[in-house]
Amino acid sequence: MATRTIAGKTVQVNDEGFMTNPAEWTKEIAVELAKEEGIEELTEQHWKVIDFCRQAGMSSGKAPTLRQITTGTGLSTKELFALFPKGPAKKVARISGLGKPEGCV
Amino acid sequence: MKKLVILGAGTAGTMAANRLSRVLNTSEWEITLVDPNPVHYYQPGFLFIPFGIYKKEDAFKPKQAFIPRGGKLIQTAVEEILPTQNRVRLANGETLSYDYLIIATGTDIYPEETPGLAEHEWGKSIHTFYSLDSAVALADALRNWKGGRLVVNVVENPIKCPVAPLEFLFLADWYFTQRGIRDRVELIYATPLPGAFTKPIASRLLGDTLEKRRIRVEPEFMIMEVNPDAKKIVSYDEREVEYDLLVSIPLNKGAEVIGRSGLGDELNYVPTDKHTLLAEGYDNIFVLGDATNVPASKAGATAHYEVDTLAENFPRYVQGKPLEPLFDGHANCFVETGFGKGMLLDFNYNTEPLPGTYPLPFVGPFSLLKESVINHWGKLGFRWMYWNILMKGLPIPFLPAQMSMVGKQKVN
Ligand SMILES: Cc1cc2nc3c(=O)[nH]c(=O)nc-3n(C[C@H](O)[C@H](O)[C@H](O)COP(=O)(O)OP(=O)(O)OC[C@H]3O[C@@H](n4cnc5c(N)ncnc54)[C@H](O)[C@@H]3O)c2cc1C
Repeated sequence: MATRTIAGKTVQVNDEGFMTNPAEWTKEIAVELAKEEGIEELTEQHWKVIDFCRQAGMSSGKAPTLRQITTGTGLSTKELFALFPKGPAKKVARISGLGKPEGCV
Repeated sequence: MKKLVILGAGTAGTMAANRLSRVLNTSEWEITLVDPNPVHYYQPGFLFIPFGIYKKEDAFKPKQAFIPRGGKLIQTAVEEILPTQNRVRLANGETLSYDYLIIATGTDIYPEETPGLAEHEWGKSIHTFYSLDSAVALADALRNWKGGRLVVNVVENPIKCPVAPLEFLFLADWYFTQRGIRDRVELIYATPLPGAFTKPIASRLLGDTLEKRRIRVEPEFMIMEVNPDAKKIVSYDEREVEYDLLVSIPLNKGAEVIGRSGLGDELNYVPTDKHTLLAEGYDNIFVLGDATNVPASKAGATAHYEVDTLAENFPRYVQGKPLEPLFDGHANCFVETGFGKGMLLDFNYNTEPLPGTYPLPFVGPFSLLKESVINHWGKLGFRWMYWNILMKGLPIPFLPAQMSMVGKQKVN
């Protein structure tokens, strides 16, 4: 397992750049990871989504699906794509220090 | 008399009723099934109807023929489950009380949830094969089609039978080849997944097969809407795919009664213990088949293995003994690949589908993750087994409920 330093903190990551220990996450890390995903500034709306994903991820041990995020935050799928362009579930999972969403079976 | 009430008399509910009536003392137990629809569909048959391999009559039978002796079927819908009162309220005005409840209300398609999908072009240039009538309509459409671009789109996962869209494409390749118009047909698979299937090794091997069969994958395609007049599907990240014929696997959701009763997640699936199949938070409600949220394939084969484990656990449990964590997420799927061949996938919660032979090493007779003629016969033979062995509540000879590594090859 590789490590890297983000926002001054050394954390464990997998080969796709997802953090593997959500407990190592900080808000400063989120800001840096967001920039890597092309999001220059995290607005209140972004944080609402990140906070929800942190909560869901810590209680279930898994990154939430897109539908869980829309149901949980009240934002529409369209709004989520505007906040986190291309793949919102995957992007927000990475920014929130959670593993890659598992998709399905 | 102790009362066991089963909601839904489809694949899982029917198997459970028959199986449990064999292992419980029927002079002590009253088994009641509730389902509004008198018709039992053989859903795996829906796949073959568009290509004229099966006819409509091949894919259903009356539910009444599969009710165990001593059991009964009430033909009405469940309106509400009242788990704190151990009762269910029915659409016919009756209220049933239960000692134990089994929820087996399955999952269904909701095409109206995607804008543009189920509007004026539905049944014309837009189809599905996830219900019997629409599969029949698609057969007519394919028969008269002169060629063009056929797009298969999965709206959102999970769906029941996650390999069915791939099988549809393989069969389409075969069907148009037979008709001599394959060169005039373009086949495209627009899927929300990053590749052909949900698990990496199978995804790679199935992906290779798609490529060989000249089927193009449009990955990570999350559909936002259909534009039925311009004949294109549009994704949330603003990609557009044009079609002449769209075959959609619409949004799959659990029964509305689950949500209405406060028992469901965001897709109306019941949070369920993945090894014991008890509904989370309840000690007398079990959930079987497509209605659960367990991370296993939504397939008839999965439901069958679930019923196997319940038949072992339930008689002990009702005598006060603890439930054993018997269910391991076991699924096997025959994947029809056309040209008289098929593949077989066998997997569970922890082990993804691997190549090899099944159920016996070297001998098979089925080959895993590889096309063979015998796998195709396995798939066609499944219909006989479904009605004559599975629905009667008999175990399949030689096949234990838990997955086995015997005959599987390690892959890096
Ligand atoms: C095209 C297609 C191909 C498939 N191919 C395969 C395959 O090759 N192999 C395989 O293993 N599986 C396959 N499947 C999947 C398989 O058919 C399902 O997983 C299986 O039928 C699930 O069983 P179930 O009992 O959970 O749901 P169902 O069999 O769908 O039964 C649910 C029942 O609940 C009833 N119900 C719903 N709401 C209520 C209510 N409010 N009150 C009372 N009753 C209600 C319904 O009327 C229905 O009878 C396929 C499915 C499709 C659509």
